[in-house]
Amino acid sequence: MLKILKYSFYDLMRSRWSYVYFLFYLALGFVLLFLNQDLSKAVITLMNVIIVLVPLIGTIFGVMYYYNSKEFTELLLAQPIRRSSIFLGQYFGVAGSLTLSLVLGLGVPFALYGLFKSDAIWNFSLLLITGAFLTLIFTALAFNIAISNENKIKGFGYAVLMWLFLAVVYDGLFLMSLIVFEAYPLDSFSLIATMFNPIDLSRTLILLKLDISALLGYTGAIFKQFFGTNTGLVISLLMLLLWTVIPIWRLSYKAKRKDF
Amino acid sequence: MKFRISISLILFLLLTGGNLSANTLTICSSCEIKSIKEGISLAADFDTLFIKKGTYKEFNIQITKPLTLLGEDYPIVDGEDKGEIITIQANNVTIDGLFIINVGTSYTADYAAIRVVESENFLIQNVVLEKLFFGIYLEKSKNGKVYHNKIIGDAVDEYNSGNGIQLWYSKNIEVKQNIVQHVRDGIYLEFSDNIIIADNTSANNLRYGLHFMFSNDDIYKNNTFENNGAGVAVMFSKRIKMYNNTFKKNWGTAAFGMLLKEINDAEISGNTFAENTVGINIEGSNRIVYKNNDFVNNGWAIKVRGACYANSFVNNSFLYNSFDISYNGNLNDNIFDTNFWSDYTGYDLDKDGIGDVPYRPVKLFSYIVNRTPETIVLLRSLFMDIIDFSEKVSPVFTPDNLVDANPLMKRPK
Repeated sequence: MLKILKYSFYDLMRSRWSYVYFLFYLALGFVLLFLNQDLSKAVITLMNVIIVLVPLIGTIFGVMYYYNSKEFTELLLAQPIRRSSIFLGQYFGVAGSLTLSLVLGLGVPFALYGLFKSDAIWNFSLLLITGAFLTLIFTALAFNIAISNENKIKGFGYAVLMWLFLAVVYDGLFLMSLIVFEAYPLDSFSLIATMFNPIDLSRTLILLKLDISALLGYTGAIFKQFFGTNTGLVISLLMLLLWTVIPIWRLSYKAKRKDF
Repeated sequence: MKFRISISLILFLLLTGGNLSANTLTICSSCEIKSIKEGISLAADFDTLFIKKGTYKEFNIQITKPLTLLGEDYPIVDGEDKGEIITIQANNVTIDGLFIINVGTSYTADYAAIRVVESENFLIQNVVLEKLFFGIYLEKSKNGKVYHNKIIGDAVDEYNSGNGIQLWYSKNIEVKQNIVQHVRDGIYLEFSDNIIIADNTSANNLRYGLHFMFSNDDIYKNNTFENNGAGVAVMFSKRIKMYNNTFKKNWGTAAFGMLLKEINDAEISGNTFAENTVGINIEGSNRIVYKNNDFVNNGWAIKVRGACYANSFVNNSFLYNSFDISYNGNLNDNIFDTNFWSDYTGYDLDKDGIGDVPYRPVKLFSYIVNRTPETIVLLRSLFMDIIDFSEKVSPVFTPDNLVDANPLMKRPK
């Protein structure tokens, strides 16, 4: 598995798209800090970018890589290598290189602008951790979609749809249901609904740091417990971990049984 | 220099005492006079009681003649939780440099560490109060100063705790440079007019950092109010001036940086509201001028609840608040003009420093959160940004005349 991971990783590191992705974040980081010297304000802006863009790029990249390297995969399948190592190797190669681009692309400008001396370092590392999680989750989901769909166009379609659903439509439905059922106590429902969407989950995680004063304005013991203590942070991180593990597990499960 | 000070001291004594016989009586555990009460009974008008370091277990000390109580190295006056400690019932009394602890708690009487009753020209300074019920209680008194005291309470529940500095039917008092912490209300004014409250720090109190009730023509400036249960409340008062105060970190469901209720003709300028759940909550307040205030990182910068007329918000900076303004009801004749909004996305083609597109401070999301508070978990979601944008383009739910027609491009100085 490590060998395939290494191969995929280096293959991607050499490819143009990784550089583009890396340079994009680098440029974004520098421009943001150039326009706004305040590190913590830049972190807020970045959050908006990260929770939308990182899942999109993870999804597209994952699907693209799977379909593009299909022939290579079939060649590997002929060799005496375990199937799970082939697919997991490729997956971690893609996710790893994307994460690296993200972390380095954003880390370099912030480090140059004195991140290590500022108190924004915790918010920023939280941002990078969520970014990394989102990459891992959405690449895994993309691989899952690709492995279940032979048809490229269909696969792409589903992947983009999934992103659209989780990034925008889910929140719309969520909002509608909150308004429709506003006569009922909704605080536990709203927290649980947040858990079922990794994008919302990451948003909540960052809100915990940035908008805590607004979040505490709502009257409710459960909210207070969740947002006012470390419970929220711990639960959100655990859920993100679960969101990463389950698609990866399904990927290796599917890979073992798929007929090529 | 020393010579000059001693001359001025003599002059002071001459002027205030009016007789040269003002004596100093020393009180300590090995002196002739062993207790403060004994000292007071022996002292003549305008004498000074010099209290040396030590512990004095006394309560119900009544000062009925003009005296100066001067402590050396903070002598401890321990009330042993038995009741009120010092009661001043005479004009021209000075209390300086005492450390007063263990005021009795009562549910029928408001025991205070120092109470001033119907007196004038008093000065209470450099006093440290701990383990108190009420701290400094001014009752129907005039022309006094409460200066540079430190009040550290240990209040847990509102019903059995008292206020740090309380003014009741008092006039022309200066309350300056005090530190008040962990009591019910840090500073409380009721029916007190022409009071100056300046340079105080009121933090970690159970209820309000500063609380006005039926008090008119007061000024408070350069104070810091931090992490109080509900911030600062200004209620049922007229012509209050609030300058250059800092309100920060008042978090909670009923916490405000400042709560205005039934306030008329006030002036609020140069204040900073940072990281509060609600910066200012306004209810039934008229003709108030909000000028040059900074609202930074609040949940809601301003919540306007209704019945507010002729208020003007000019030259304020709204920076990175989750919501700038939440508004119930009609705009009425309130004005938002030439403020700086960090969320403003317009342009300034003629370069006059004023944006060419008006800014709408009320977002659709703020309207939704008002209706269904649980939706706050969707804060900063992409979907919300999209519907906020569409609402901005064509307002349907939010009051369409609530605009800042001249938003500033740069923060006002």
